[in-house]
Amino acid sequence: MSVITYRQALRDTLRAEMHRDENVFLMGEEIGVFEGSYKITEGLLKEFGERRVRDTPIAEEGFVGAAIGAAMLGLRPVVEIMTINFSLIAIDQIINHAAKIYGMFGGQTSVPMVIRTPGGGGQQLGATHSQNIELFYSFVPGLKVLAPSTPAEAAAMLRAAIRDDDPVLFLENLGLYNSKGEVPEGDETVAEIGRAAVTREGTDITLIGYSRMAMVAGQVAEALAAEGISVEVVDLRSLRPLDRQTIVESVCKTGSAVIAEDDWLTYGIGAEIAASIQEGAFDYLDAPVRRVAMAEVPMPYAKPLESAALPSVESITTAVKETLNAVGRRVG
Amino acid sequence: MRVLPRQLDQPLLRPAVEPGVGAHALASPEQQATAPAFSGSTGPEEADSYVERHTMADTAKPKGGGTTRSTGGRRRSRKDSPSNIADEQPKVLLEYYRQMLLIRRFEERTGQAYTQARIGGYCHLNLGEEATIVGLMTALQERDYLFTNYRDHGYAIGKGMSPRSVMAELYGRSTGAAKGWGGSMHMYDTETRMLGGYGIVGGQLPLATGAALAISYRGGDEVVMCQMGDGTTNIGAWHESLNIASLWNLPVIFVVINNYTGMGTPVEASSAEPELYKRGSAFRIEGVRVDGRDVLAVRDAAANLVERARSEQRPFLLEATSYRMKGHSVVDPAKYRTKEQVEEARSNDPITAFEATLEKAGILTEEAKQEIADSVREEVADAAEFAENSPHPEVSTLFDYTYATPVANESRRMPADPVFAE
Amino acid sequence: MSEIYMPRLSDTMEEGVISSWVKKVGDKVTTGDVLVEIETDKAVMEYEAYEDGYLVKQSVGEGETVPIGAVIGAIGESPDAVPADSGNGGAQPAAEPATGAVDPQPEPAAEPAAGIPRQAQAAEEAEEAEAPAPEGPARPRTSPLARRLAKEYGLDIETITGSGPKGRVVRADIEAAAKQRQEGAPAQEPAPAAQPSAGAPQGAFDDGRASEELTVSNVRKVIARRLTQSKQEVPHFYLRRTIDAEALKAFRAQINEQLESTGVKVSFNDLIVKAAATTLRLHPAVNRSWIDDKLLQHGRVNVGVAVAVDAGLVVPVLHDTDKLPLSEIATKSRELAGRAREGKLKPQEMSGGTFSVSNLGMFGIDSFSAVINPPEAAILAVGAMQQQPVVRDGEVVARNTIALELSVDHRAVDGAVGAAFLKELAEILESPMRIIL
Repeated sequence: MSVITYRQALRDTLRAEMHRDENVFLMGEEIGVFEGSYKITEGLLKEFGERRVRDTPIAEEGFVGAAIGAAMLGLRPVVEIMTINFSLIAIDQIINHAAKIYGMFGGQTSVPMVIRTPGGGGQQLGATHSQNIELFYSFVPGLKVLAPSTPAEAAAMLRAAIRDDDPVLFLENLGLYNSKGEVPEGDETVAEIGRAAVTREGTDITLIGYSRMAMVAGQVAEALAAEGISVEVVDLRSLRPLDRQTIVESVCKTGSAVIAEDDWLTYGIGAEIAASIQEGAFDYLDAPVRRVAMAEVPMPYAKPLESAALPSVESITTAVKETLNAVGRRVG
Repeated sequence: MRVLPRQLDQPLLRPAVEPGVGAHALASPEQQATAPAFSGSTGPEEADSYVERHTMADTAKPKGGGTTRSTGGRRRSRKDSPSNIADEQPKVLLEYYRQMLLIRRFEERTGQAYTQARIGGYCHLNLGEEATIVGLMTALQERDYLFTNYRDHGYAIGKGMSPRSVMAELYGRSTGAAKGWGGSMHMYDTETRMLGGYGIVGGQLPLATGAALAISYRGGDEVVMCQMGDGTTNIGAWHESLNIASLWNLPVIFVVINNYTGMGTPVEASSAEPELYKRGSAFRIEGVRVDGRDVLAVRDAAANLVERARSEQRPFLLEATSYRMKGHSVVDPAKYRTKEQVEEARSNDPITAFEATLEKAGILTEEAKQEIADSVREEVADAAEFAENSPHPEVSTLFDYTYATPVANESRRMPADPVFAE
Repeated sequence: MSEIYMPRLSDTMEEGVISSWVKKVGDKVTTGDVLVEIETDKAVMEYEAYEDGYLVKQSVGEGETVPIGAVIGAIGESPDAVPADSGNGGAQPAAEPATGAVDPQPEPAAEPAAGIPRQAQAAEEAEEAEAPAPEGPARPRTSPLARRLAKEYGLDIETITGSGPKGRVVRADIEAAAKQRQEGAPAQEPAPAAQPSAGAPQGAFDDGRASEELTVSNVRKVIARRLTQSKQEVPHFYLRRTIDAEALKAFRAQINEQLESTGVKVSFNDLIVKAAATTLRLHPAVNRSWIDDKLLQHGRVNVGVAVAVDAGLVVPVLHDTDKLPLSEIATKSRELAGRAREGKLKPQEMSGGTFSVSNLGMFGIDSFSAVINPPEAAILAVGAMQQQPVVRDGEVVARNTIALELSVDHRAVDGAVGAAFLKELAEILESPMRIIL
């Protein structure tokens, strides 16, 4: 068992998968010579050469589409889009092509590719570089969307994504790259796509998150435990398919739920979770489902504004306590 | 200024690019010197077909010189007329003729079936493009890959798919090429390596580039052909794909079918460089323009580029000029075209022309003509009958093709189903 | 043509019953005429016309219940005006003018004034009334989980008072009610007036007891809800003291003798009410309310007097009891009780209490523990006057006594404070001249 960063877990997994399968190769802007904007691919060009670690021009539509085409012929490209904001330039290729080719042609050709891309805010990157638009992809059948929150999960899910025959959008997070966690040495776990996980058991309330918000949810639960509040944390892990069963089972147990999401509230991921909860756990709800989400503004640059707009430990804690108060648990 | 539709019998509005201007100044004299020469004989100026090339070498000298014809329409230069008809095998020529006629009759039948509501959705026909299609497809080897736009029925047949599976797909039947999942715009067949008609303009370009990347990655000797319309040369995917293909030396031929009208917009009204074969120059991609009405000219030009792409491992651009005999799609009355233009399109019917050439050369006898006509009619009737009698896809198969790898919690919910069953 | 909507005639009213139509269809109506009598959750109220014309339609029949805002009839310019049919009693969005300011989080005014808690409550409920009226009859707020659990426990959720936001019944309430029922005891708890077991299990009609479900009036529902809330939320403690009532008895006789010409008769209860008011003035620490983690000191002394009526229990309030002369307390009590029995109390006559007195002496009850009427901090339960052997100067003698029991909200009032209050009250009643001094 060793403690490594999320970044290291991704890099180790990419390297191992490239050694395992000759068809796996990397494409993206600045992933080779520059070794990646966020250094995920550090050292890989030296190890594998230009053929398998391919720097692309700044042309997301072109190189994402090329990855799809290569996948149609059986390669397993792992594309890095520098941040999820830039995926908008490739959205036609991702949604109209990657997601459609298998079904639209009657199941003749699959598209075994991975698009790795970080979302996240909080780095003072301003409106166009702080969005969390994984929702766009989670909306589309034919895509699989994963959002790991720990190094071990990142490794196991990236392994699963690369070995899967469908296009997988693999959501990373700028705020998670330096986070550390235990990853068993020589671990070869391949995560099951489409499964959420109860990452902390509790009895009073269910707190749901994914990616960075799953980590923050864990912190909130830990802090509240000291106050005698037992929070159950559900890490969605897979945004599509969505594991409604795990969510609903937890809410049936606790009777109330708070959803923490790094995206905008209206029509957001949390809206889908809340809708699922009302349908699956209607008779078990003791309070309305509460969502904690980004303020609905283009993300400002100034730090106080940015911090105010983002969900935080404090705002999630408040929502959890208010929900508990609503069900008769008098908590501060 | 509003750009009026170009009269088909007038020269293009824009003159040839002057030497030393813009992208054409990119090439060095060394490149000019090493630019491969196009092999082909120069025919008489009056010949009905032509081939025009745009190479790196062209960037340093006046293009075309005084060869632009003052009559007969398009600017033409360095004519590469089709191989002498006498050098061709009659059997091969008759097969081209048959293929062209098959596509013609197939598309006519398709138009009819559409109006009878046997076919739904959008439906774009290849009427008038038969020579281009057969020429292009003949230039490809079986192992080569084809990507096209949504005007794809003829290409599917030309690449080797059976008219039955194409027609059944149009009818939306389970026996169709894509089992009824694709329809008119999405013909696909892994067997014949027809890797898809694509409905989104430009969508196929990055994909074809990626397919060529896969070939290159594996050191294969296949070539990818990527067909598109003239309007596609303005979309971002065009620029990104040509750039990547050239940058990475990928074996892909980008083929632009220029019928001078993107839906209803004249090419000059949408492309700043309406001589589309020149648009590869920004990416150092050699471009060739060919008369799409001439099956042999198209075949020769395409075959040349395909084999060069295979041996040289680099992309090429081929522009085939053509006439669209009908509207953009079955439901388009094409009112934006003048009567004269329609008349000209008709008078430029590639099948009529090829028929006349073959008859004149004594290759197509009256008897053979009848026989081919009958067999084609039969084949099309058989395709339609097959489609008509094929079963509709079972609703139970609705969730069969969402994912290739089965996945937990995949939704199989029908519209009225609750997310959670009681 | 204008429609008549089910009016909101009490602070807690959510729906109303058409008690009787005073005007018949076709009758001429003048502004101020009583159109209809409506039974709210608290009383039967007269509802007057706001314009001249003719009653052209009665959309809701007598005995029918509709939510606030539902159309109940229409007034037209001529007797035969055709009403624009909006359905029979169909609920309209309650464009009902809310009573009081609509503040999402009503803060009780800092300035002590009587009735503040009621106002706060009214404002909160007014906010609820802002929402479109539900299609069907108004329902108490309940969480889905609470509804499911109530069903499983066989509890009638409408009898359970919610502790959640805006009175939403949540799991905790159901579980408390179920526990309470299991323990059995509080079911027999006498309330300010005789109280049927609010926690009695419902929905178990096939258990061999040959039970049948009775129609429950709005008043009954409110009683059930409020008292359940009280017993669940308010930590009661009880103080008992028996007073020597000989002096009180003599005092009463003396007063009534003097008042004989006026026709006014002062009851023991009136004396106790007045004594309680006087004591509250001396012990303001009992004249308080605990509401939403806030402690309110009331500036007025308003004593409510529990009255048993056919429909259940009502508590008319004597405002500024401490300032009213005894004779007025006597007259007013009688008058309010009379109208209470007729169901004709106005909402304001049942609002603003700061303390209650419940007397079951007339039934020969020795003593009992009353349920506090929230948000009041205390209620005094008065037993029957009876002769008891007491020791006086070393001798056992028979004396008239009355057993008092004070139920106190421990959140607002501590034991010693309550005890001091009861001690003072007892002393006043035993030296009754102090009542009027």
